[in-house]
Amino acid sequence: MTTLLEQEKIQQQFKERMNEDELLNCMRCGFCLPTCPTYIESGYKESHSPRGRIAMMKAVVDGIVEPDEDFERSLELCLGCRACEPVCPSGVNYGHLLEEARDIINQNKKHSLPVRAVRKTVFEGLFPHQNRMRTMVGLLGFYQRSGIQTLARKTGYLGLLPDNLATMEKVLPKVPTMKEMKNRPEHLPALSEKVHKVAFFSGCLMDTMFMKTNDSTMKLLQLAGCEIVIPKQQTCCGALHGHSGEKDGAKELAKRNIAAFEDLGADFIITNAGGCGAFLVDYDHLLKDDPAWSERAVAFKAKIKDISEILVAVSFHKKVKLELPPQVITYQDSCHLRNVMKTASAPRTLLEAIEGVQFKEMKEADRCCGSAGIYNIVESEMSMVMLDYKMVQAKATHATTIVTANPGCLLQMQLGIEREGLSGKMRGVHIVDLLAEAVK
Amino acid sequence: MLSNEVKDKLISIVTKDNFDDSKMERLVYSYDATPNFQSMPDAVVSPRNTEEVSEILKICNQYGVPIVPRGSGTNLCAGTCPTEGGVVLLFKHMNQILEIDEENLTITVQPGVITLDLINAIEEKGLFYPPDPSSMKISTIGGNINENSGGLRGLKYGVTRDYVIGLEAVLPNGDIIRTGGKLAKDVAGYDLTRLFVGSEGTLVVITEATLKLIPMPETRKTMLALYQDLSAAARSVSKIIANKIIPTTLEFLDQATLKVVEDYAQIGLPTDVQAVLLIEQDGPPEVVERDIEKIAEVCKLENAVSIQIAATEEEAMALRTARRAALSAVARLAPTTILEDATVPRSEIANMVKAINEITEKYQLTICTFGHAGDGNLHPTCATDARNHEEMERVEKAFAEIFEKAIELGGTITGEHGVGAMKAPYLEWKLKKEGIAAMMGIKQAFDPNNIMNPGKVFAKDSKKRVVITR
Repeated sequence: MTTLLEQEKIQQQFKERMNEDELLNCMRCGFCLPTCPTYIESGYKESHSPRGRIAMMKAVVDGIVEPDEDFERSLELCLGCRACEPVCPSGVNYGHLLEEARDIINQNKKHSLPVRAVRKTVFEGLFPHQNRMRTMVGLLGFYQRSGIQTLARKTGYLGLLPDNLATMEKVLPKVPTMKEMKNRPEHLPALSEKVHKVAFFSGCLMDTMFMKTNDSTMKLLQLAGCEIVIPKQQTCCGALHGHSGEKDGAKELAKRNIAAFEDLGADFIITNAGGCGAFLVDYDHLLKDDPAWSERAVAFKAKIKDISEILVAVSFHKKVKLELPPQVITYQDSCHLRNVMKTASAPRTLLEAIEGVQFKEMKEADRCCGSAGIYNIVESEMSMVMLDYKMVQAKATHATTIVTANPGCLLQMQLGIEREGLSGKMRGVHIVDLLAEAVK
Repeated sequence: MLSNEVKDKLISIVTKDNFDDSKMERLVYSYDATPNFQSMPDAVVSPRNTEEVSEILKICNQYGVPIVPRGSGTNLCAGTCPTEGGVVLLFKHMNQILEIDEENLTITVQPGVITLDLINAIEEKGLFYPPDPSSMKISTIGGNINENSGGLRGLKYGVTRDYVIGLEAVLPNGDIIRTGGKLAKDVAGYDLTRLFVGSEGTLVVITEATLKLIPMPETRKTMLALYQDLSAAARSVSKIIANKIIPTTLEFLDQATLKVVEDYAQIGLPTDVQAVLLIEQDGPPEVVERDIEKIAEVCKLENAVSIQIAATEEEAMALRTARRAALSAVARLAPTTILEDATVPRSEIANMVKAINEITEKYQLTICTFGHAGDGNLHPTCATDARNHEEMERVEKAFAEIFEKAIELGGTITGEHGVGAMKAPYLEWKLKKEGIAAMMGIKQAFDPNNIMNPGKVFAKDSKKRVVITR
């Protein structure tokens, strides 16, 4: 519940902080509506569309309405997939509006004690500290390897979890050991004629839970002729913070990352997670009002490139033979990779270059799968509606492999496969892992 | 506010799930795509069938509650802005394609069907429904019918009106009537079908429509003609038609429009020329070939600096899509975009373009002009800022002059966007007092209590522009 006093504070902050030009920039043509997953899945409810949400934000700024529960609910239900941005002829930066609005609401809202405790632990105690991330994921590894997992599954304790969390538990990757996670490289040479020196943004979850994917990424970069530096000082990108109304936390992380990467002499900073990459390229917006950092953020942003973009740019797929056993594969876009980083054709180019496989585009591959950060946990009902739709489209291609380019999407695909009872017949895989497989 | 009595009655018709009068829900139906118009309805109601529509209308008629039927709210004349409150009717449950009749070449649909979904469904069967308003990806067929929407293919194929052959409609008293049918000919009484198309929700609620389809043309070709002289481009339009060629599409975009559209679409549109004509022809291959060649010749004679023919369908599609985004892309220049759609006889298009430029100059405004030049239908769009009251006054004066000029050239104040609340004050300029009186008579015959989308088409005061600030 938001109290009246909180509502007043939120309204005041909306007046002070929301970018009025950006709000006015929406001329309500409605071109965004057909691309909005929540608009469609809610049965064409304008209040769950980008145009509706912007109208509500503007009405709060103008004092026509109060930021009531319905308003908050509408913002919560937004996936933040930003599919509305590329189709907006007026060029409204919806993502920035959403982030600011969520930050205002969150900062002025008194969460209940347990929620506050969890938020503090996650946003301040866990993600910014790579050693603690390792410990956390290490515990998961202990759980998986020690027999507790088998025990938990057999005793039915998992039945106490909500359905999709219990399924989620099944699809988590086999995580590396603590020792493996500690011994990470800091510098790797090019394995063919050197064409670029790149820095690798290894990410917090990617370098722990998805460490194998990071290994594949670095291997591909090396084969593509890239010398790689992986600065130890880097930290979590802050996307989770930014999307959850913890903007200050995100800014701190952004500064640490900019400092960690700026003096490396790298041509590019490579990411392999669309969600992180999209947040990294937004650092200039995040720090635009901070004179000490704004220019440095612009320079940082200019170097960010997704792994598939650089591989295509250096013609990796033409230089290295890629081959796999015959199979049909399909690709699910990472929303942030596509809509924010504008990387859509490069992954497809790479997949089509693999000999032996048939690449089949699924219908509406550019529509969000419902993963959306922690959306599939906090808005599980809507998320599962989106996932079911996605699986219908994936199955229609008869693909046995669904390729993605972001860890969240990957887990969601695996969850979808599990829910459809297709494990063993279909698999979800990160594009770099598939390419690494194809190199062998 | 609706009285509890009315509210209870409406809920008993549509159930609680389909009635909403929460503040946010009302807010998001307080606008459409028209700038500077916003007004809250009292409730939002989603009927599930024609009978429920009829019941709702009976209640609203009895209690004098305004009714505003709404599709996806993409119209540009404030036609679905509930300026007098009341009930906004949504058709999200009435969104089915009921039948595609391949023997009679018709499709029968409910009003909530998305235009593009309809087009896709019939194109699968090799059939063609030409009206293609720029908003077709999200506009509903009910909205298209009520606004008599046009599109890029109007020159050769006409507009929505030319394809509606039968309607089911609910009168304000709750009576359900059917007009027309799957008939090539029908002179049984007044042509109510034509009357209802474009009536902007001021007479009846349309609950079903039968549309005429035609066979899909065999091929089509798309070209761009580039000009360094605006009037040369405009002259080409009349010359092409005078040469007895009717292209499917004949669109005009000036340099300012080209720049903003290219900024958005990034497909390599020429931005270093004064104007471009986007021309398309369809039909049997040999006819298309011949026409395109002839058109190119005419354009060159009129000093086109270059002619580019789209090599692939993808390229052609990109050009059409870019053109459809023109209006919204203008919003990149300034926070508020105000557009008009004055229309003149084709032969006067060059004079109209010239007049628009002079008026823009006179009032010191930024106006991008694009539109369906082949239809004589231009969309001068002003990039401005609603917060700048002084400039807004100049915008109003400029548009008043544009209307005046259009009428002087034998044209009209709106070619396809409708009158709504936005152009109602100017309607008398076109129709004269007597014309308005005749229309008012029709309105009163259908809707004596004035519950059907009140405040639209007929203005309280003529000439003086009504601007409701949002």
